[in-house]
Amino acid sequence: MRMSKLVRTGADLLYPFALIFGLYIILHGHLTPGGGFQGGAVVATGAAIVIVAWAYEDVAGMIRKVTMKAQESAGLLLFIGAAALALGLGYAFFYNVLANSGSLFGLSVPFGPNPGELNTAGVIPIMNIAVGIEVWGGLTVILLYLLSGLNKKEEGS
Amino acid sequence: MKRGLILLTFAILAGGLLLIPALLDFGVPAFSDMDDYFLSNGQEQTAANNIVTAVVFDYRGFDTLGESVVLFTAVVGVGLMFRRMLKEEEYEDE
Repeated sequence: MRMSKLVRTGADLLYPFALIFGLYIILHGHLTPGGGFQGGAVVATGAAIVIVAWAYEDVAGMIRKVTMKAQESAGLLLFIGAAALALGLGYAFFYNVLANSGSLFGLSVPFGPNPGELNTAGVIPIMNIAVGIEVWGGLTVILLYLLSGLNKKEEGS
Repeated sequence: MKRGLILLTFAILAGGLLLIPALLDFGVPAFSDMDDYFLSNGQEQTAANNIVTAVVFDYRGFDTLGESVVLFTAVVGVGLMFRRMLKEEEYEDE
């Protein structure tokens, strides 16, 4: 069941902006309000607009369940891996080994209010990206399952 | 009679719920050492400007791990339920 052409065009126009805004929230999680959960939810909302505006059969080839499930599992594995990184280096689980180390995401920040630098905060951005990928995949899978059932019910009745 | 009893019970419960915040002093939050600790040491220890993210992903990392696992379990549950419903047509696409 498709919606009208206006709604479909609007959804097509909104989708890339929702995608970019969600990815921005995920990547700047350690600087601005938001983070992995919120950014992933924004990206999944963009997918929800497209799925609702078009019929499920139209988007099933582009936003695939297999990809989204793999993305969700990969996000959770990356999160646990980033937490277990400290175990391999001899620290406690979830210890922030990359913070203030000078390597990837390793710059220090001065105390107090400051404009902020993207290349800081150690493993926190990595965990944000991991959780963002996981929430993106998980919520999109739930939406795909729910909306595919909805469309089938309407066709049958 | 029964309806009045239900309304009375509801009124007592709602009044009790509203009584607790009414007895507390307004504008005086409970004192906690942890928020001062996070505010004074968070930027130095985690190098993150967003203290909320530093607490969620660093100091309280295990809670976030549990949250992620809860979401994963929810998706697995939805997938199990709907896979049985859609089995006839869509099983090959999965």
